[in-house]
Amino acid sequence: MSDIQYLAPRTLDEAVQAFAATAGKGRILAGGTDLLVQMRAGVVSPHTIIDIKKISEMTSIEETGQGGFRIGAAVAGAALREHPTLRKVWPGVVEATNLIGSTQIQGRASAGGNLCNASPAGDSVPAMVAAGAVVTVQGPKGRRELPVEAVPKSPGRLNLEPGEIVVGFTLPARPKGSSDAYLRMIPRTEMDIAVVGCGVSLTLDKGTCTAARVGLGAVAPTVLLVEDAAKALIGSKLDDAALDKAADACRAACRPIDDKRGTIAYRTQIAGVLLKRTAAIAAARAKSN
Amino acid sequence: MAKLHVSTTINGEPQEFLCDPEQSMLDVLRGPLGLTGSKEGCGSGDCGACSITLDGRLVCSCLMLAAEAEGRQIGTIEGMAGEELHPLQTKFLEMAALQCGICTPGVLMAAKSLLERNPDPTEHEVRFWLAGNLCRCTGYDKIVRAVMETAADMRGGAR
Repeated sequence: MSDIQYLAPRTLDEAVQAFAATAGKGRILAGGTDLLVQMRAGVVSPHTIIDIKKISEMTSIEETGQGGFRIGAAVAGAALREHPTLRKVWPGVVEATNLIGSTQIQGRASAGGNLCNASPAGDSVPAMVAAGAVVTVQGPKGRRELPVEAVPKSPGRLNLEPGEIVVGFTLPARPKGSSDAYLRMIPRTEMDIAVVGCGVSLTLDKGTCTAARVGLGAVAPTVLLVEDAAKALIGSKLDDAALDKAADACRAACRPIDDKRGTIAYRTQIAGVLLKRTAAIAAARAKSN
Repeated sequence: MAKLHVSTTINGEPQEFLCDPEQSMLDVLRGPLGLTGSKEGCGSGDCGACSITLDGRLVCSCLMLAAEAEGRQIGTIEGMAGEELHPLQTKFLEMAALQCGICTPGVLMAAKSLLERNPDPTEHEVRFWLAGNLCRCTGYDKIVRAVMETAADMRGGAR
């Protein structure tokens, strides 16, 4: 029999205290779709499992006004999809999170878990980066915020202090004419891991792009914020010249690996293609907002 | 480590059980609770044979700790039929939408969950919703057709 301990604290303070007390031997349980698989495969063997789903801040979606939202770290993908306004204001964030796994996985898997799993190919992360999401973390030294792109450090590793727990994501207020989109390249129709993933969020004013952010996944050790691609889009009417320049910026930012899912050359090429397609979807959505 | 005591509701009935902290819901269903309708296929959330509902939401019971059931509502294949079989079950029999049957409880749970949310799904929607339920026998076509026909019957019945 095992000596694993299961805890389901009701408050964040209790969770932080319990997690810090494990001195690195604890694991946070949100949806469990990565953690339980890793435990069964023997990849991780936590002494303590801290289930955060009894903490209401972790499992709730809150509207903060003007299109802003606060999404708890453990909110399941299915709950994001079913939210009446979130998918209208942030369709890219929702569609990216909903690409993770099957219906059954969507019933549990969370954006917080996807971020903390720290795979370079996590689908929700490039969309959150494009959205300009700010992550709230809480630890023994208190609460702090950091941009989502600053959270992953390397594959499987995070820039969090010992004992810190991701609490949720804050999506900023949304000016009129804004929208977002996420596309990924996979060799089959569904249920696969991104070869490249691209999130674009932008604002249009009379056809001119006034704000943009681009997130790229699976092309570097961590998900990238591609500022040069955003710069190429801002001020343009998303004409071919601007899109070509932004696509080139995406390709220039790529530092991928060769693996069974794609070669360096292929991933780099696709990053530019996806930028153009994703920007077009985001722009079409923004025009109808 | 002592066993955990869990109070939950399974198919509408209050239920208590003891489990190990890392034991899956599937293990407890199939073991101490004797509810062997949910099957273990892969044990890693890929095949859907262990599909149950947790507070009405479709999940893989192999990727859920039994301890998480505390205070929640669990639905399993054993709760699907009332006095009579559920229309999906009847249609699956009628149209032979199964062969070996291992995937069938999970497919039925998933299909029921779809029709509760979307009584008039397109074939595309059925195929995507059921993408997490693997079947090595039927080639899926009979399953998809049986779900579509059940949906049509249930809509007809409601009118």
